[in-house]
Amino acid sequence: MTALAPPKVPDLAPAPAPEVRRSSYPSAWLAGGSLGAVVLLALMPEIISQGGLVVLLNFFILLTMATMWNLLAGYAGMVSIGQQAFVGLGGYSVVVLAVNGLNPLASIPLAAVIPALVALPISYLVFRLRGGYFAIATWVVADTAELVISSVTALGGGTGHPVPGLGSLSPRTFGDVTYWLSLGVAVLALAVTYGLLRSRLGLVLAAVRDDEVGARSAGARVMQARRIVFVVAALGCGAAGALLAVSQLQVQPGSIFSVQWAAEMIFVTMIGGMGTIEGPILGTVLFFVLQQNLASQGAWYLVILGSVAVVVAIWAPKGIWGFVSSRLKFQLFPVGYLLGGRGSTGRRR
Amino acid sequence: MTWLNAIVQGILTGGFYALFAVGLSILFGVMGVINLAHGDLAVIAAYVALAMIPVTHLPAVLAFVVVVPMFAVGGYILQRTLLQASLDRDPFTTLLVTFGLSVVIENVLLEVFTSNTQSLNIGSLLFDTLNLTPQIPVSYFSLVMLAVAVGVLGALQLFLSRTGTGRMIRAVADDREAAQLVGANYRHIFGIAAAIALATVSIAGIAYGILSGFTPTAGTANLLFAFEAVVIGGIGSLWGTLVGGIVLGIAQEIGAQINPAYQVLAGHLVFLAVLALRPRGLFGLRAAT
Amino acid sequence: MSAAGALLEVDRLTVHHGQLRALTEVSLAVRPGEVHGIIGANGAGKSTLLRTIAGLHKATSGRVVLDGADVTHAPPERRLEAGIALVPEGRRLFPSLTVEENLLVGRHRARSGPFDLAAVYSLFGWMAGRRRQRAAQLSGGEQQAVAIGRALVANPRVLLLDELSLGLAPIVVQRIYELLPKLLASGVTILLVEQDVSQAMRAASRIQCLLEGRTTLEGRPGELSREQVERAYFGSEVSGSGADAPAGGLTGPAAAVGAARAARGEPGEGGPPR
Ligand SMILES: Nc1ncnc2c1ncn2[C@@H]1O[C@H](COP(=O)(O)OP(=O)(O)OP(=O)(O)O)[C@@H](O)[C@H]1O
Ligand SMILES: [Mg+2]
Repeated sequence: MTALAPPKVPDLAPAPAPEVRRSSYPSAWLAGGSLGAVVLLALMPEIISQGGLVVLLNFFILLTMATMWNLLAGYAGMVSIGQQAFVGLGGYSVVVLAVNGLNPLASIPLAAVIPALVALPISYLVFRLRGGYFAIATWVVADTAELVISSVTALGGGTGHPVPGLGSLSPRTFGDVTYWLSLGVAVLALAVTYGLLRSRLGLVLAAVRDDEVGARSAGARVMQARRIVFVVAALGCGAAGALLAVSQLQVQPGSIFSVQWAAEMIFVTMIGGMGTIEGPILGTVLFFVLQQNLASQGAWYLVILGSVAVVVAIWAPKGIWGFVSSRLKFQLFPVGYLLGGRGSTGRRR
Repeated sequence: MTWLNAIVQGILTGGFYALFAVGLSILFGVMGVINLAHGDLAVIAAYVALAMIPVTHLPAVLAFVVVVPMFAVGGYILQRTLLQASLDRDPFTTLLVTFGLSVVIENVLLEVFTSNTQSLNIGSLLFDTLNLTPQIPVSYFSLVMLAVAVGVLGALQLFLSRTGTGRMIRAVADDREAAQLVGANYRHIFGIAAAIALATVSIAGIAYGILSGFTPTAGTANLLFAFEAVVIGGIGSLWGTLVGGIVLGIAQEIGAQINPAYQVLAGHLVFLAVLALRPRGLFGLRAAT
Repeated sequence: MSAAGALLEVDRLTVHHGQLRALTEVSLAVRPGEVHGIIGANGAGKSTLLRTIAGLHKATSGRVVLDGADVTHAPPERRLEAGIALVPEGRRLFPSLTVEENLLVGRHRARSGPFDLAAVYSLFGWMAGRRRQRAAQLSGGEQQAVAIGRALVANPRVLLLDELSLGLAPIVVQRIYELLPKLLASGVTILLVEQDVSQAMRAASRIQCLLEGRTTLEGRPGELSREQVERAYFGSEVSGSGADAPAGGLTGPAAAVGAARAARGEPGEGGPPR
């Protein structure tokens, strides 16, 4: 019997244990490097101006959103165009909590949980649709959320509402604290994503991504994994929205529920590299470089960003990070499972 | 009587939504992808008509004659280039590419035409009404548009069932690979489907430009309404789309009766209710996968 | 192999599915008026061979030549025009089209020749009466007939048939195979794939056996011994080892598949995994 090959199984089936490995390099390297970077960023208020801090704060807000969208689309294969629903709900939650006497800064965690709670029932609706239909359905949900909130006169209707209870802090302290909060939220978003992907859930998602048919037969577990991702992404986007509300001292439905948030988080992730932890970071950096240089040009930065995203999607679907890491054969955050030596960052459909 | 009026106006709007939706539905049926720039393409059609009128001195009604063939050709080219390139990767990429296209279109229109509301003027044609009763005025133009919508759906149905190309489009939709085995160049067939989709959406876009004011960002709302009409009616059903459009139109008019701010919201809620209670839509052939 | 006089010639064809090499330097020559039968176990690469000849897969290397013309790089529709038609595994009718519409799309790029809708209707007596029915509503055997008709109306010179017997009752299979002489008489040359070895041996004038993407045996059915075929079909170790060779010989698809399973050590026979 020795000459007989075993029956050929599709090479996408869950790989036998000995062949699963992550790219190996000293994890102390990663831990040390990341810690150093975070400490350096935490010291920024001592180093740069308040204006610079605001730019960094917005950087972390977008980074958080992009990381969440990357988790949704890059890892779980769900293209949502409605994450601005949770950004907006996070922002408005801060307002509601602050109106009821909570300190807005302290209420950010709670304000992030509320959109996540809303996301759970919504997932039962939108998960009935797949692919493109799922995408537009999330968009409808976001539009609905905006319309509902704008029709509540107690929240200021279409003109919005200020965030009360922030007057007692000095501008300097306020700037520093909101900056640290945004840094903390971004670091948490990255850490949670990294943790999730290295857990069992990551393995389930990897299986779905590589083999939709096979994974469908695993039904319930896949559904559950997707639901967890959807809720976590709402949590992250809710936190980003809460930070936006606090840092801008007010909320306005037309801007906090704007599809522009979706556009930015999507483009940034696509350009940086979907399905890698590093991609959204790199993409967000590029976004801010571009935006600083095109600030006076109105909407053109979105035109450029969108066009680049289209080009990248078709001709370089692994994004800039994919290009870099394939050259360097190097990954900062190895979350992919390398099956039989195949690249781990590839998205296959 | 105001409720009856709401229903009549809703039916008229519904035909118009069906006109928006049919192209979305065809592209999905044939290629299995959603064109997220669909609504924005309609808005481009309105702007093209707007820009054309001072140059050609044609009455706005004749914009259809020029713009619709232009869009058919444009649709074929768009499909054979950008969309096919993205499809060659996977439908996931097409989705992202059309979203990118949507954002690019809206922002280019914003820069070129500003965010001011524009409209296509057809003079008294728009305002002449047929008074069913004094409380129920029906604009002739809306009536004509409803007839156009029904006509377009009927013509499409005939085309798909009676012509060789139509049959081949259905064959490709059923099984792309088997269609290749009977000699279909599926890329060409995709191009034809896109030409039809863009031609119909340009009719809808110009009609929209005539019926109401439009801005560069109106495409999003149009996409959402078209999508809702498709899902309410049932994915894959041509005439279901018309019913879906009408249900959506009536829901919006009734919402507007309660409070003008609830017009769009009422439509969304009916859509979400259908999704919750009858995910295959009213006439659905298959689930949206 | 001498290719003189071959209508369809495949020359050292290698095909990959991604990383997996499904065919390795497979060659064959089909002469006009012949029925060339390909046999082989599940996953041997039979469908891959036919699909590559029809243009659905790209060849990594090697050539496909029809009557002297190299069609290796032609798209499927060009090959159809040149005279290659495939009846794919599993029928693959267009389910939402009627029987007649399925045949009509088959005429899309038809060559001129003896087969049109009327000819197909006279070949299958029941078909005309049900031509307005949707293909999805037909039984498996009826669908197979329509699938053959859909390929025939293009008037191919070479008809590729992939597992006509799949999922059909023996009596239905027999009736379908009774068609082949009629097709040959009308000038069609046939390359067929069959898992049911005895069926293939009866129908074909030449037999070629694939194993893991390579040709392991070739010859006229009458000149091949059962042992030779078994060895080529299951791999060289079978007849020598203690694995139960099919007791009744190669009598039917069930026996062949069962034997293939046994030979591969599945399910759960304690053999080493490699
Ligand atoms: N589209 C594809 N993508 C990836 N692998 C494929 C594809 N088609 C076939 N294969 C693989 O190629 C090998 C040969 O498959 P093929 O379908 O040609 O076998 P076959 O001899 O027709 O088998 P069967 O008798 O089961 O129909 C198998 O290992 C199969 O898993
Ligand atoms: Mg096969």
